[in-house]
Amino acid sequence: MKVLIPSPLLSYTGRAHVDAEGATLGALLADLERQYPGIRFRMIDEQDRMRRHVRFFVNGEPTFDLGLPVRPTDEICIVQALSGG
Amino acid sequence: MTTPKKRAAPRQTSAPGARTPAKKSARKTAGASAQTGRRGLTVLIATRKGAWLLHGDSARRNWKVEGPHFLGHIVQHLVLDPRDGRTLLAAAKTGHLGPTVFRSTDLGKTWTEAQQPPAFPKREDGKGRAVDHTFWLTPAHADEPGVWYAGTSPQGLFRSDDGGVTWRGASPINEDPKYIAWMGTVQDGTPDGPKMHSIIVDPRDPKHLYFGMSGGGVHESRDGGQTFSLLIDGLDVVEGFPKNDPTVHDPHCMRMCPSNPDRLYQQNHCGIYRIDRPSNTWVRIGRNMPKKVGDIGFNMVVHPRNDETCWVLPMDGQTVWPRTSVEGKPAVYATRNGGKTWQRQDAGMPVSQAWWTIKRQAMAGDTRDPVGLYFGTSSGEVWMSRDEGAKWQCIARNLPEIYAVEVGEPA
Repeated sequence: MKVLIPSPLLSYTGRAHVDAEGATLGALLADLERQYPGIRFRMIDEQDRMRRHVRFFVNGEPTFDLGLPVRPTDEICIVQALSGG
Repeated sequence: MTTPKKRAAPRQTSAPGARTPAKKSARKTAGASAQTGRRGLTVLIATRKGAWLLHGDSARRNWKVEGPHFLGHIVQHLVLDPRDGRTLLAAAKTGHLGPTVFRSTDLGKTWTEAQQPPAFPKREDGKGRAVDHTFWLTPAHADEPGVWYAGTSPQGLFRSDDGGVTWRGASPINEDPKYIAWMGTVQDGTPDGPKMHSIIVDPRDPKHLYFGMSGGGVHESRDGGQTFSLLIDGLDVVEGFPKNDPTVHDPHCMRMCPSNPDRLYQQNHCGIYRIDRPSNTWVRIGRNMPKKVGDIGFNMVVHPRNDETCWVLPMDGQTVWPRTSVEGKPAVYATRNGGKTWQRQDAGMPVSQAWWTIKRQAMAGDTRDPVGLYFGTSSGEVWMSRDEGAKWQCIARNLPEIYAVEVGEPA
């Protein structure tokens, strides 16, 4: 499925639009990690909690659930909220 | 990940306010000539918005600014491995991305990211801790090439055995409920979380370790980190709290004397201290500082060859703790007799209206003779002295808020 990568993570992917697979949002992030080592830990901590300023949108709807089922036709958008000056 | 990095073209900085050569104020010591290298030094600057390297010539007179590295990253610490003179580790994160460690083996020309940055074990009960940032990096013993220690926030001790590529917990204390209670929470510590720092490895024994927790006190291990014991006797705490409770102890920076590893100096939230092992009691040598200056601050630098000499940079710790230069008149204070007396060293610094803050990692010394001293301000200036503090000059300005300053000897 299509995944939109925010600019702070482009150093990993090299491009804003990438493809990844998985039956859930968590599995999709695991596939991103496989393709782009290190990228998952910048978004998800070691307790599998989303980092404070990271947001995930599936077909435009926000989600905080890594177990959310996703389909190949879904569009995933990862957003990094900037914080501080 | 390989981090493509854009660098600004190096620019030559002729140090503002450069002076004529200073008269050597330090005595030559045995072995000094061997330590007085002909190569230039590199000052490693970690800031809230990236990292910079200041490459100096052999005379430490001219400095080239190189950077930024990781522009926009919060870099808490940047350290050159003294065992090979070319491996750099950088503890970094951004305001919106998780923490990591970057590694370079060519003095910053290229960087790779740690495959497994410091991280606490996953807990299934939902109570697991997560590293917010790696705060401190320490190359381990000379006989353990590739071994590094890291201190994090929330507080934890980590170790790498492969030069910073992968990291693991270095001690059972990371999961010990007693220690976790002493380590406190983001409510208890410094503004962005309590920090493990001042990880020290005894040059005589790789298993003999110290670290400081801010807050949480000073701790010592004789078995490579498997067990630790408290080392807080003699340290003062904020009035109204029990001195035997490690939670309220707040060491800011602790250094071991290379010339005498039984002697350590410490700048604490509550004063300046010295300890001479095997004694377990710290002595408040800051009582001998001028009363109007006090003995509050964050930094501690020790002389590489003389255990009677160390330097501090006092901050205003009165009332609401401005943590700025006392009265807006910055000065380093040096002792050359183990803390019995202190001398003000401010030649070349602004004489008024300079409200500097110098964080705990932002002051360092080199190993040349005479010793060079360096510090970075939260307003983005780097100052140095080629003569053990007798005269100071600014060698870089207009950098972001400086978090850490280290000095490296490139191979």
